[in-house]
Amino acid sequence: MTDLPALVVAVPLLGAVLTAAAGLIRSRTGWPIALLTALVQTVAALALARLTLDGPVRYVVGGYTAPYGIELVVDLLGASMVVLIAVVTLGVVAVARSLGPRSNTFFATVLLLVVGLTGMSVTGDVFNLYVFLEITGLSAYALVAAGEEGRSAVAALKYLIVGTVGASLYLLGIGYAYVATGTLNMAHLADELAVIGYDATLVQAAFGLMVVGLFVKVAVFPIHTWQPTAYAGAPDTVSALISALVSTVAAYALIRIVFTVFTVEFLVTNPAARAVLLAASAASIVAGSVLAVRQTEIKRLLAYSSVSQYGLVVGAIAVATPTALTGAAIHLVGHAVMKGALFLVAGLIATATGVRRIDDLDGLVDRTPVGAATFGVLALAMVGVPPAIGFVGKWFVALGAIEGGAWGLAVVIFASTLLTLAYFLRALERVFVRDAPSKERDPVPWVHRVTVVVAAVAVIALTLGAVEYAALIEPTIGRLLA
Amino acid sequence: MIEAVLERSYYVVVLALAGIGAYMTIGDRHLVKKVIGLNVFQTAIFLFFIAAAFVDGGSPPLLSAPAPYVSPLPHVLILTAIVVGVSLTAVALGLIVRIYNRYGTMHEDTLRELMADD
Repeated sequence: MTDLPALVVAVPLLGAVLTAAAGLIRSRTGWPIALLTALVQTVAALALARLTLDGPVRYVVGGYTAPYGIELVVDLLGASMVVLIAVVTLGVVAVARSLGPRSNTFFATVLLLVVGLTGMSVTGDVFNLYVFLEITGLSAYALVAAGEEGRSAVAALKYLIVGTVGASLYLLGIGYAYVATGTLNMAHLADELAVIGYDATLVQAAFGLMVVGLFVKVAVFPIHTWQPTAYAGAPDTVSALISALVSTVAAYALIRIVFTVFTVEFLVTNPAARAVLLAASAASIVAGSVLAVRQTEIKRLLAYSSVSQYGLVVGAIAVATPTALTGAAIHLVGHAVMKGALFLVAGLIATATGVRRIDDLDGLVDRTPVGAATFGVLALAMVGVPPAIGFVGKWFVALGAIEGGAWGLAVVIFASTLLTLAYFLRALERVFVRDAPSKERDPVPWVHRVTVVVAAVAVIALTLGAVEYAALIEPTIGRLLA
Repeated sequence: MIEAVLERSYYVVVLALAGIGAYMTIGDRHLVKKVIGLNVFQTAIFLFFIAAAFVDGGSPPLLSAPAPYVSPLPHVLILTAIVVGVSLTAVALGLIVRIYNRYGTMHEDTLRELMADD
């Protein structure tokens, strides 16, 4: 069963080829094949996660042993990402049947995105990570452009240009690290970089370029500008999928690069690097929230809220205490479920009532009770009201920040919670308190309703598992910080 | 100073190309030229890898005879990166064709005006 790390990449790849090939024979056959692939992928991901409970799983690609060949290494953190990707894809593909787009090429591209994201989660090689990063990027650009309007094509092109510059900077960082060490394997790089010394200019330059490159992909302020355009311009299905997964896995890759390749020692030797991470984190948290307060469109508000939430994860990386990193792991999973579900709810509201702006949300509870209720639950979860998963992640990160002596960050997290409350309360007041202009409504397909209700329940249910998950992931975080 | 620059002429070229590429990507208002700028920027990074592959006085790992030696690994990496770059260009040009069909322009400023009217 040790072939599982390779299988979780191969299954969606095979599914994508099958979906595309089936489209040549009969169009509109994509949905069942994609759903079946997502199901198989979920089972494989869960099996992989179970294996990683006993420690990291290694897989030698093509029989060339590391450090000469490419190695796949999956620990519990990586496996959590693989499971998250599989489950979110399953939900989004299920909804896509009614919400569209429905073409075979669309479903093939969704599965290619899964290939890229899963690959990023399981790889143990920095260049392999770059290739999967670009596979993810290419499929994400194509998916954003899947909308009918010209606006989505413009958004996709902007996303492509910014994303490519980010990936290129990351590639340049790899070049520096390669020149310094002559290796690309993450574990081997960590050893070799320690030998060279973390205060060497070459090593510092490599760190800076790789981290800034990934910052673009995570959408850290001020290089977040692609995110609102892309999320708002994409079809609802795609917004849900990429908002839940793309930046999340990029943030996971950032954790990998900072702690597996450069290790905590690097942060200790270079206080400036830690200061930059902290500053970027605080700027993202505050700027994301402030910009979200000013938005008039629901999807843009959600996008700016993401900028703020990923700032929290970057903050946890800067603090680098076990508690903060546990918080980052929980928050990555929790945020993905909450934000993906919120975009699906935004799609549901638009299908049922045609509303896309916050000013038009008046009396939504009368027009689409399911949409209003799930929106309420998810918005409060996002703010961090217990007992939702949004609270647990923030709590651990704030606790870790205090432990690590980063009082400023703890204050920023608290302030941002109030700002998050401010922008969601503005919407919630309209949804629940004001009177509706009309009571007419369009029927929403049951799959769509069931999916958002399941997600809203999951946001609460995940909290029950969060403490247990924190205990399970402790050895993995310990290894990361060792 | 001049000697130091001459010794590192490869890197000077790489830096110049990267600067030109980045400037074109950000500064040029024409969408196709932006994509060309992106290509120039990526090519600068490819050249950096290829220049780094040459080890002065290095010898092949298997043959003991001192022969001119260039590390093959960066070449293989860049081959992959070129494939990625070509795919990116293809997607970008495809998107530009769609934008042109919809709005009838490839100029960013005109495009912004047209989109504001939508």
